[in-house]
Amino acid sequence: MPRGTPRPVTGDVSAARPVLDGDELGRAISRIAHEILERTHGGTDTVLLGIPTRGVALATRLADRMSTFEGVRPPTGSLDVTLHRDDLHLRGLRALQVTDLPVDGVDGKVVVLVDDVLFSGRTIRAALDALLDTGRPRAVQLAVLVDRGHREVPIRADYVGKNIPTSLRETVHVLLREYDDRDGVLLGPASGVDAPA
Amino acid sequence: MNRHLLSAGDLSRDDALLIVHTAEELARISDRPIKKLPTLRGRTVVNLFFEDSTRTRLSFEVAAKRLSADVINFSTKGSSVSKGESLKDTALTLEAMGADAVVVRHSASGAPHRLAGWISGAIVNAGDGTHEHPTQALLDAFTMRRRLGRLEGLRVAIVGDILHSRVARSNVLLLDTLGAEVSVVAPPTLMPVGVGSWPCTVSFDLDAVLPKCDVVMMLRVQRERMAGAYFPSAREYSRRYGLDAPRMATLPDTAIVMHPGPMNRGMEIAAEVADSVRSTIVEQVANGVAVRMAVLYLLLGGDSS
Repeated sequence: MPRGTPRPVTGDVSAARPVLDGDELGRAISRIAHEILERTHGGTDTVLLGIPTRGVALATRLADRMSTFEGVRPPTGSLDVTLHRDDLHLRGLRALQVTDLPVDGVDGKVVVLVDDVLFSGRTIRAALDALLDTGRPRAVQLAVLVDRGHREVPIRADYVGKNIPTSLRETVHVLLREYDDRDGVLLGPASGVDAPA
Repeated sequence: MNRHLLSAGDLSRDDALLIVHTAEELARISDRPIKKLPTLRGRTVVNLFFEDSTRTRLSFEVAAKRLSADVINFSTKGSSVSKGESLKDTALTLEAMGADAVVVRHSASGAPHRLAGWISGAIVNAGDGTHEHPTQALLDAFTMRRRLGRLEGLRVAIVGDILHSRVARSNVLLLDTLGAEVSVVAPPTLMPVGVGSWPCTVSFDLDAVLPKCDVVMMLRVQRERMAGAYFPSAREYSRRYGLDAPRMATLPDTAIVMHPGPMNRGMEIAAEVADSVRSTIVEQVANGVAVRMAVLYLLLGGDSS
């Protein structure tokens, strides 16, 4: 398993309908970047940690925008949550993804966790455990590109690209140029195997 | 991945690389202030050691504990084995107690294979007789990759008591799978019968091999397994097959020296070589924990079906 291989988009993408096109996705990222700058007073002492795989690309894009807007590029990294998941014994084996923290660590920093889709909230719960094992951030915030509802734990996002009401049977596909042929968010019928993640 | 890790030869190239990559991620955790992960909470790992061991047993114990598994250490001293209990009855006891994984070391080659038929949990071979020691081979491959950046095309010489070495057999099988070119070097009396069928070249002349290798792996002369006379004297063995400083100087500049431990300093390896910057002996021990964590995670991490 090569490092950082994105989990392939599951389900039938051709049957999915677009919810955000590439331009809209770009604008959503720009808005979140502005909001992070506002809430963190210019992005000082801020660290963006993406959750593999697509969260890592989103964190990098957010940092690039923040650098364009205010000239300060916060450190970015990736945080793999696999070893902290609560459903390991319920599912097949998951390969580990890359954890790569900024050299200065997270102690005393404002850490913004970045993920593509917020669904059950269990990934973020695992991410909080994984993060707190690496140090003690001053505060932890959450940025997601899509919030599709159906939370199973009391977790909410601080920055949301787009709220998309979904049924449990539907699947949200986030396409990013770093991994896919284009940018966009699609809403498709259930693939049958994709449970809340 | 298979359900058990019994032989390095059972691992496909993809399996072996998955273990190495997983170990790489897990090795970073050893640098953190909090080294414990909740991953295997509620799982039980039994260390079943019928033979003495320091490194391997401690390493498996640390690995299982870092993943939050419950660890039970079993050694024959002080157990019912000294009253004559058979391997099968010991296995059935472990099975009744619900062991999720059994790490076994035994003086009889094939003991882990037998256990795999009696126990429903995962069996990890931690050394069986003169047969195999797959996690040692994995950690050796991991160490080579960390030091030299690759495994494909690496020229590896395994030197010493090949006849009694489970480390040699596992390494030859695994390194061949991973694309390295392996040669084994030993006196004819310490070369196993049938070595010609191994996927490696065979040599009896250490000095001819040294200038052409990237890795030289010295093996301990296993006196406890030697009933007969395999070589005239320790001094003669050391003169012809021991790695001392002048011999080390004939290695290419980037080559590394490995030893699975425990060492006989002055016999197969000189103290100045063991303590040199080329030696990876201490690193191998540290890497052993990460590799064993990876093996336990990959065997126990998913659902048990």
